[in-house]
Amino acid sequence: MSDLKRTPLYDLHVALGAKMVPFAGYEMPVQYKAGVMKEHLHCRAAAGLFDVSHMGQVILRADDPEVAKAALERLIPQDVLGLGEGRQRYGFFTNDSGGIEDDLMFANRGDHLFVVVNAACKDADVARMRTALEPDVTVKLLENRALLALQGPKAEAVLAEHHPSVAEMRFMDVATVPIAGAECWVSRSGYTGEDGYEISVPLAAAKGLAQALLAHEDVEAIGLGARDSLRLEAGLCLYGHDIDDTTSPVEGGLTWGIQKARRSGGDREGGFPGDDRILSEMQKGADRKRVGLLPDGRAPMREGTVLFAVADAETPVGTVTSGGFGPTVGAPVAMGYVDAAHAEIGTTLFGEVRGKRLPVSVAKLPFVAAGFKR
Amino acid sequence: MKFTEEHEWLRVEGDEVVVGITAHAAEQLGDVVFIELPDEGTTVSKDDEVVVIESVKAASDILAPLDGEITEVNEALVDEPGKVNDDAEGEAWFFKMKIEDMSALDDMMDEAAYKKYIG
Repeated sequence: MSDLKRTPLYDLHVALGAKMVPFAGYEMPVQYKAGVMKEHLHCRAAAGLFDVSHMGQVILRADDPEVAKAALERLIPQDVLGLGEGRQRYGFFTNDSGGIEDDLMFANRGDHLFVVVNAACKDADVARMRTALEPDVTVKLLENRALLALQGPKAEAVLAEHHPSVAEMRFMDVATVPIAGAECWVSRSGYTGEDGYEISVPLAAAKGLAQALLAHEDVEAIGLGARDSLRLEAGLCLYGHDIDDTTSPVEGGLTWGIQKARRSGGDREGGFPGDDRILSEMQKGADRKRVGLLPDGRAPMREGTVLFAVADAETPVGTVTSGGFGPTVGAPVAMGYVDAAHAEIGTTLFGEVRGKRLPVSVAKLPFVAAGFKR
Repeated sequence: MKFTEEHEWLRVEGDEVVVGITAHAAEQLGDVVFIELPDEGTTVSKDDEVVVIESVKAASDILAPLDGEITEVNEALVDEPGKVNDDAEGEAWFFKMKIEDMSALDDMMDEAAYKKYIG
């Protein structure tokens, strides 16, 4: 694994007994000694610490902050200009055919925008932003900060022991907070469906912060395996699986992430890549939709499972894009794309698993109610 | 007990052989969440896929270790697949089978050889 990069927590992961695997060019912990199931349940019951330092942290800066905001609006269908200082939004880079190039979080940190993108896409995202935004806006990929996520119902109490102000933050607030002697950029967000925080911390302070958080009896380290089952139960998309450069935000069920100002009839309607297709689909509907899927039996339906409208049909009506066992649900859970005619909640479909057509119901997402502090 | 390179263990019980997977294999698989067992009375050939086992990570097949007939399956595993992680080499046996040629077991690894095999 010599070509793989390591995060500043690599030694800590190994010391904690993590099984390290290659992921998006990094050696990352897929699980620790407790295993995926226990880690998942611990995060939902108490608090889990995730190393997400492989993700790209990017600063967008212009002499006039409004210039940077307006510039980012040319690349994403979100309302950036209307995002207040100290607030964050979920967004996605779109392409000219209305597909999604990556999903991201962006925050208004006063004199700059702070953007967090997926590890596997970060080089392409930075190149995309440089091409489109420079020279008016500088695009800086930060190499000097790590990113930790503290997630779960006990996250607030744990982090507030380090600085009480974090308890006052609401879902999607961002703030600069001194924690463990370092300037941390904290957002009240995450990708597990639980309340919690993402903490950008200077590299030199990252291991100390992780150890300080792990020292709390309610906190356990959680690997990528449980991160995946947590986000799946929460109905959240994994880029490259549930959304990609061919899926539109309408197909992906992400129109909640396109604010009024950018929609048809809005103050700044369109003006992002693929706006024709995306705005048109928002009016007329898409041909296929991302849906939740609950297999009737115990057999998990994994990514790639082909879906049929009836047990003996020849033509498929959809495909599973993420699937596995949901430890909190206590049963297999999945999501995937189905033709719009078969997307209604409660519809019975059949997934082909090892040559057998097994019943599966179209279900409401998320599978586990979100615990966000709004 | 005897062991296969596919990480199964075999224990002779009278004229039958009890088959399961090793604790090492269970640990590698991670939390087991689904098990599909063969029908009792099925005649199998060595290396037939007889059991499907799915963990939180992936699906794997368990192969018949020898030619023979499945005489009993451990139905309790269907409802509690996690037993495989708790007691792989005890309670969490998969199936019992009658084999024609018991001497085939002689060529299999004993515990010391298996330990060496998994390093």
